[in-house]
Amino acid sequence: MTLLQKFLGASAALALSAGAALAEPGLIIDLGGKFDKSFNESAYNGAQQWVKDTGGEYMETELSSEAQREQTMRRMAERGANPIVVLGFANASTLEKVAPDYPDTKFAIVDMVVDQPNVQSIVFTEHTGSYLVGMIAAMASKTGTVSFVGGMDVPLIRKFACGYAQGAKAVNPDIKVIENMTGTTPAAWNDPVKGAELTKAQISQGSDVVFAAAGGTGVGVLQAAADEGVMSIGVDSNQNYMHPGSVLTSMVKRVDNAVYTVFNTGAEGDLPTGVVTMGLDNDGVGYAVDDNNKDLITEEMKTKVEEAKAKIISGEIEVHDYTTDDSCPVM
Amino acid sequence: MNLPKWADVVLIPLINLLLALFVSGLVVLLIGEDPVNAMKIMVNGAVGSTYGWGYTLFYATNFIFTGLAVAVAFHARLFNIGGEGQAQLGSLGVALVCLALPWPHWTLALPAAMVGGALFGAAWAAIPAYLQARRGSHIVITTIMFNFIASALLVYLLVGALKAPGMAPESARFPEGTFLPNARDVFAMVGIPFARSPLNISFLVGLIGCFLVWLLLWRSRLGYEIRAYGHSEPAAKYAGIAPFRIIMITMLISGGLSGLMAINAVMGEQQRLLQDNVLGAGFVGIAVALMGRSHPVGVLLAAILFGALYQGGAELEFETSVPREMVLVIQALVILFTGALDNMVRGPVTTAFLRYGRRRPRAEPAE
Repeated sequence: MTLLQKFLGASAALALSAGAALAEPGLIIDLGGKFDKSFNESAYNGAQQWVKDTGGEYMETELSSEAQREQTMRRMAERGANPIVVLGFANASTLEKVAPDYPDTKFAIVDMVVDQPNVQSIVFTEHTGSYLVGMIAAMASKTGTVSFVGGMDVPLIRKFACGYAQGAKAVNPDIKVIENMTGTTPAAWNDPVKGAELTKAQISQGSDVVFAAAGGTGVGVLQAAADEGVMSIGVDSNQNYMHPGSVLTSMVKRVDNAVYTVFNTGAEGDLPTGVVTMGLDNDGVGYAVDDNNKDLITEEMKTKVEEAKAKIISGEIEVHDYTTDDSCPVM
Repeated sequence: MNLPKWADVVLIPLINLLLALFVSGLVVLLIGEDPVNAMKIMVNGAVGSTYGWGYTLFYATNFIFTGLAVAVAFHARLFNIGGEGQAQLGSLGVALVCLALPWPHWTLALPAAMVGGALFGAAWAAIPAYLQARRGSHIVITTIMFNFIASALLVYLLVGALKAPGMAPESARFPEGTFLPNARDVFAMVGIPFARSPLNISFLVGLIGCFLVWLLLWRSRLGYEIRAYGHSEPAAKYAGIAPFRIIMITMLISGGLSGLMAINAVMGEQQRLLQDNVLGAGFVGIAVALMGRSHPVGVLLAAILFGALYQGGAELEFETSVPREMVLVIQALVILFTGALDNMVRGPVTTAFLRYGRRRPRAEPAE
């Protein structure tokens, strides 16, 4: 057998095995919409990047209401999408019910842990990323007051707020941190008008750096901050481009990377199940510096933040995670 | 001259539907998709498989209850557009019943949940009914405002008292004894494979409901009074029918029927209380009642049609790049043509029948 034949044989075997695993991955965009410039858009971008890089195809659908989660998830599974990525903690109880019915399908859920044998749970250490942008906020603030606008009032968002406050207090122990939540229902992820109102109220209380962790509501926060001439911090996606000069940085949560990785490993074969943690060490979270904000982040700021980042990764600085005990030592 | 019955019940709704589909086709064409293909996907998705049928009939069950609710009120000339809110309160009633006890079997849980849902729905309708009957506050205004209050109340409870541990605003899961028999399990018993869908025993309850409403309206004294009151209030009064009593009873029945929707959506499918569990069925119920001419059989057929539209629309969104909003436009067009623009078709059709009807007697003496 010549070397060429061996190669041909190998590629044929490869093609066969690829054929066996030839299921399209699926992505269910959550409430708030595909183009929320934040959480969902990040996931969508990850999927698009995967299409660009691999030329593969995937199924996508957008959730239209809270009560249709189950039908949407089941339809994806019935159509043979594998693996299926669902976004957000609100899917947890539905997935717990749906996943056992499709034992041959792999699911991945972002932001929540679902304990099923065919589910990969992807969680981010948002508190550490928020800690870093909290430091940046405190260093950029001139008034000694910074603020936070959250989306829906859930432990996950308090985790952002708590990390942010810890970071700010690490730089300036006397700093005042104002915290507001937009609402208590999923509608709070998509209420830019209320986001803008909260921001203006915070600015009137002296805040000059506003961190929005509120999905589509953040668009209003960033807009209001730009209108009032103060600085803001974006979330999930890199939002620095939205108001250059006003958006100080963005606490990026690489949902896109997570989706990309799930699609990739799913296409190659089996998706590992269990809990996957995305943190500072594997660039799951971080702060964004690009052309739009490079003049806002000074060298001194950058050095300090990078130092803290290294210390968090090594364990020297421990950032408290709100969700572990539902309390925040600094708020 | 009145239209023949078959034209009123079958012909006009059919023309309305075809017109709506035609305009929808134009809209689909306008956004650069193939309308024939879109129609194929919708029909196939709705009735082309047991999976499609399961979902179509599941949605239809919701619409049967809300459609009957609106239809009963129509007969007393009461325009109850608060089905949405009454169904939400019904869902609360069903959830409270399901969570109250560790139910051993669904045969016990279902009747109790039905009572809970109907009572809560009826209670929610009772307030606008009283305001209409005693104070003359228009029922259209009060019932629609009560929808918002119901939704706010549900949100308040779901982020507070009823919230399950965790982050999402939803109640705890109902105990297993409340799970209703699924179409898949029922068909499996007789050896027919049926895809997994939320279609459950509530569909049969809906069918029984249709029959009972027919019995009530056309075979009972109360039904006669309701219809008499609806035709003419002064005449009804003269005949000794008390308007207050009729308004209250009709609205209680109407609200109760709306509330019963929750045994399908909440108990049958979601198995926990969610924030927006009615999914607009309260409003679709108005279109269903209009299209079904407020007759239980018409309501049943219209409900199945709208169920198919809902399910087919969901498939269309899934299969093509037709966005979600466009599916909503198609559904809205059907509602517009069958409900609001009904007279547009009715006029010409009546004229056509009049002309056709006159020619025959003229032809006879000539012979």
